[in-house]
Amino acid sequence: MSLRRLSLGLFAALVAGTAVAQTAVRPAPLKSGIEFTGAEVRALQNDEFANPAMLWVLRGTALWTQPAGKDNRSCASCHGDATTGMKSVATHYPQIDKSSGSLINLEGRIQQCRERRQNASPLKYESEELLGLTAFVRMQSRGMPLAISIDGPARAYFERGRDFYYKRVGQMNLACAHCHQDNWGKKLGPEIISQGHGNPYPGYRLEWQTMGSLHRRFRSCLSGVRAEMLPQGAPEYLDLELYLAWRSGNLPVETPGVRR
Amino acid sequence: MIQKQSQRRGSFPQRAAITAAAWGIGLMAGAGVLAQTPQAYQVEQGEIRAALADAGDPVRGRAVVLSRESGNCFLCHAFPDADGAPPGNLGPEMSGVGARMNAGQLRLRVVDSARVNAQSIMPAYYRIEGLNRVAAAYRGKPLLSAQQVEDVVAYLAQLK
Ligand code: HEC
Ligand code: HEC
Ligand code: HEC
Repeated sequence: MSLRRLSLGLFAALVAGTAVAQTAVRPAPLKSGIEFTGAEVRALQNDEFANPAMLWVLRGTALWTQPAGKDNRSCASCHGDATTGMKSVATHYPQIDKSSGSLINLEGRIQQCRERRQNASPLKYESEELLGLTAFVRMQSRGMPLAISIDGPARAYFERGRDFYYKRVGQMNLACAHCHQDNWGKKLGPEIISQGHGNPYPGYRLEWQTMGSLHRRFRSCLSGVRAEMLPQGAPEYLDLELYLAWRSGNLPVETPGVRR
Repeated sequence: MIQKQSQRRGSFPQRAAITAAAWGIGLMAGAGVLAQTPQAYQVEQGEIRAALADAGDPVRGRAVVLSRESGNCFLCHAFPDADGAPPGNLGPEMSGVGARMNAGQLRLRVVDSARVNAQSIMPAYYRIEGLNRVAAAYRGKPLLSAQQVEDVVAYLAQLK
């Protein structure tokens, strides 16, 4: 075989290699990203008064009881005290929305109530208001293990999310799995790569100097490998969020988290 | 503490954002160099023997390797003379690499590491085919120009 044929063959094998169906696996042992940060970040996250993300939670707390929309109703008008009404709710998201039959995350569910039950204008995905409400609702599940279902109609979304997770993308040609599944614990430049769980979000990142959604974090990683970024809330990101939530097994919700 | 931590510029995504901006500027100024389509080359027994451009300059090569805007190699490798840029450890240390490999092997490694190891996580620095979802600003462009590849190879070759 000529050298040229040989190298073409190799290339074909490479391209074909990316199409092989991947099996979904969880990292073992499961470790939250907080275990890869320093003691200072851990202390910040655990101290209700020092945690910078609490500013957004306070905002969400205020929004919870603030009437909005045509009927002048607040979230509390229907759901009452969030500490009971929203307890453990976030551990089941993303999930299949019964009304539409498609996948919805917690942000999407809050938007839905805002539009349909409050008759109010939708909130922007990365707005302070939606970050605040989402963080406030998720905080009612803080410390509780995730409990995600990938059965029935969720299965197809899960499989798409898994395929995204293992697909090489961007000019650097790397998949999520190359860093967070195969190389967690190692260093990328000065940064320790964690297992890449979504459990602290929405969370405060010191590098952002602000609060951000999980989908914003997806965009950061994709821009790092010079891949296309999609808008927050894009269907592909919902698929990915479901895969991540499954992959996190029974890790606890940490919202509002703090990370470097 | 928040202040101190947030001023740290070392973290990967922030750095990536800076990188993206710098590349954008670089593209406008020197589009000719970066937009070039990789030229054909021959692989013989795990080597690319013929140089892709003029003789490499190790000083320029070192700058490419350590630069966030181009090579960014220290994201994954430690270099013996890196001026304290904190290196990653996804790939092997580079001290002595010029003794372990000849120029042709080094060139193939940098040009397209998948030709050496199909599972490699090391990006192919001089290949544009077979990539998915590349951000528009970088589409159709290799990570390094032919001259930058030669410079990097010259730098690596003298790490003995
Ligand atoms: C007019 C009453 C009403 C208002 C106002 C309202 N909701 Fe709801 N909400 C509901 C009902 C009814 C459901 C359950 C049925 C469904 O799935 O839509 C629900 C479901 C939810 C869920 C999902 C609960 C679960 O167990 O999965 C969340 C989260 C939620 N609402 C948050 C909010 C927030 C945040 C607000 C304020 C921005 C709000 N809701 C305003 C009536 C309301
Ligand atoms: C080149 C390596 C690399 C790739 C590829 C990569 N990431 Fe990351 N990711 C990082 C680094 C570095 C961080 C910051 C340190 C940390 O928290 O792990 C990070 C952080 C994260 C976090 C936050 C974890 C936490 O606890 O705050 C999530 C979630 C995440 N990545 C998901 C993804 C997803 C999804 C993909 C694929 C679309 C991806 N990453 C691709 C390197 C990578
Ligand atoms: C995303 C991580 C990553 C980046 C970025 C990276 N490499 Fe690598 N490199 C690796 C890995 C991993 C290996 C080990 C071999 C393999 O798995 O393909 C390697 C192997 C090598 C080798 C062979 C070393 C040996 O002893 O066999 C050389 C030479 C090399 N890299 C040079 C570079 C240069 C030069 C750059 C920047 C232009 C670079 N690498 C960027 C991950 C990376």
